[in-house]
Amino acid sequence: MAQSHRQSQPLDSANLALRNTDTAVPAPPWQAEDQIEDAVAPGQRDTPTVGLGGELTTRKQRSLWTDAWRRLRRNKLAVVGLFLVAAFSLIAIFAPAIAPYGQAEVVDFRLARDAPSWTWPMGLDANGRDMFSRMAYGARVSLVVGVLAQAIVLLIGVPIGALAGYFGGATDNVLMRLVDVIYAIPQLLIVLLFVNWWGPGLFNIFLAIGLVGWVTEARLVRGQFLSLREQEYVSAAQVAGASGTYIIRKHMLPNSLTPIIVALTFGIPTAIFIEAALSYVGVGIRPPQASWGQMVAEGSNPGYIETDPHMLLFPVLAIGLTMLGFSFLGDGLRDALDPKGSRD
Amino acid sequence: MAGSLGAGALVAPAIGEDSREEAGPRMMRFAMNRIFWFIPTILVMAAFTFLIMHATPGSPFDVSDKQRPEDIRRLEALYGLDKPLPEQFVLYLWNAAHLDFGISYHARPQTVNEIIGRTFPISLHLGAMATLFAVVVGMTLGVLAAVNQNGWLDYTSVTMAVLFYSMPSFVMGFLLILLFVVWLPDIGVNLGFRVGGWDRPIDWILPTIALGAAPLATLARYTRSSMIEVIRSDFVRTARAKGLTEEGVVSKHVLKNALIPVVTLIGPIFAAVATGSFFVEQVFNIPGMGKFFVTSMQVKDQPMILAVVLLYGVFLAIMNLLVDLTYGVIDPRIRY
Repeated sequence: MAQSHRQSQPLDSANLALRNTDTAVPAPPWQAEDQIEDAVAPGQRDTPTVGLGGELTTRKQRSLWTDAWRRLRRNKLAVVGLFLVAAFSLIAIFAPAIAPYGQAEVVDFRLARDAPSWTWPMGLDANGRDMFSRMAYGARVSLVVGVLAQAIVLLIGVPIGALAGYFGGATDNVLMRLVDVIYAIPQLLIVLLFVNWWGPGLFNIFLAIGLVGWVTEARLVRGQFLSLREQEYVSAAQVAGASGTYIIRKHMLPNSLTPIIVALTFGIPTAIFIEAALSYVGVGIRPPQASWGQMVAEGSNPGYIETDPHMLLFPVLAIGLTMLGFSFLGDGLRDALDPKGSRD
Repeated sequence: MAGSLGAGALVAPAIGEDSREEAGPRMMRFAMNRIFWFIPTILVMAAFTFLIMHATPGSPFDVSDKQRPEDIRRLEALYGLDKPLPEQFVLYLWNAAHLDFGISYHARPQTVNEIIGRTFPISLHLGAMATLFAVVVGMTLGVLAAVNQNGWLDYTSVTMAVLFYSMPSFVMGFLLILLFVVWLPDIGVNLGFRVGGWDRPIDWILPTIALGAAPLATLARYTRSSMIEVIRSDFVRTARAKGLTEEGVVSKHVLKNALIPVVTLIGPIFAAVATGSFFVEQVFNIPGMGKFFVTSMQVKDQPMILAVVLLYGVFLAIMNLLVDLTYGVIDPRIRY
């Protein structure tokens, strides 16, 4: 679900979330100290505040990011998420150093499907390859797909959403009609069609996911820009003669950053899931390159499930934990970056 | 204006701004607008799928090395694949408009309509059960959790929601299989669970749970926070102050207002269940449309693929329209 329904609730509330956080209005001095901290806009340096006694105090300013980090650390689920995501990323990055064997290396064909033991902690697969090594390399594939697909989403979605939201009118209408049409087709179906067209392989997969997924990002940025456009500081910049691109770059993009970051945190696991799903049905990563989805497909062979469950369990758990980690982190980030939105 | 095809078309409720008499015609106009956009969307979708299908290398009839090239060409001519692309597309649209989707290349001589007629009801059955399961259990859990805020029921349902809502359906399906077939075979066998099949009602249980778990969690979460928001609002305080019992407050004031925003989730849930069923059908070996679609894709069965994409697109668009209209009916503050 989260999976591929693109109108996912988290993004919507993230979209609403930012509206009142980033307007650069200094907090009135009579507010409690923690409220002042929350209202300080990013990019402001030291804030001179007039204390109750009338003396001028200069307090060391905390940026939005230090504040958000402080709030994130207090959220237990978010810390668990951060830990899972960090572990996953480290394994993926250092896969060749961690894995005792190569991803396609047959350790011992006669011991195929051997159960987990001290020598091979996750057992061997049907071809006698080390499961643990293949899992590590599989993490690499997942991370690459997740990150690069999101990079494409950002590269296409943000400019289009920005143009539509800032200029409005005919530009908005044309761009959003296009977005609506793509949005109407189930995401997974188009990705399947694309990959079927271009053939399986890592590059084709993240390209397809990125080329389909930007629509959600464009909608999000457009909505954000539509509301930011009405802000007084944008009118002020326009009156002062700033160009459209300058306003977009200097005022509107920085103020749309947090919903984009949150959307990114939810986009990466979606891409990872799609890759796993494609590889599971056999149109994804080509063997012998390891991929979690492909390992699930092998382990779920009816002949193996009951006798050798380790071949199914580890890849399934890896996919599940990665999804969990990113969604905990995403939820935590959304709350941390939006001090006003108190969710229950 | 933009976004009139998605749920984003709903304008934020403006309380007491308009007279209620206008609601009817305005809703009609909204529905007409949506239906009007429906046609170009479907056309673009069909053209898009058609182009991709034809750009995909390899002839759908080139299935073995032993075939002679002239035989492949003869088959292609028989199915009209030698005609120019625009002509093929117009012909396809003309036939599709008459609900004739042609003959499946792979499962000849069955027509696409026959195959969809056989497989779609199974997918629909599974999807309907999963949606029903998610809506009933998810909303109930959400309401109970909110009413007993910070009680054990609350913690249990929040933990469950947190664990399930990001879990892909095929991961869930395999975990269920491992649990009942491998680790607890006694219970599993007693209940009659097995790895795959669809002919006995007992076979329906695990796929339904696998497909429904994530939407269930999303619904429970959303219902709970929506309920809590309403419970803290002024009119609920007023209702308590005038001496209503807690049950009265919840049933008369909280429930109605809290469940309205939850309805918007049902559109995305349909989409999630529809795509999820592709993989759940694969996991549990269910002879539904999703499983068939994956095979069609691998053998380049163009008429099948086109028909399934169109069917999904139209089905989801209609569902979203219905959800948006329902939303307007149950919440009179909504303006279209």
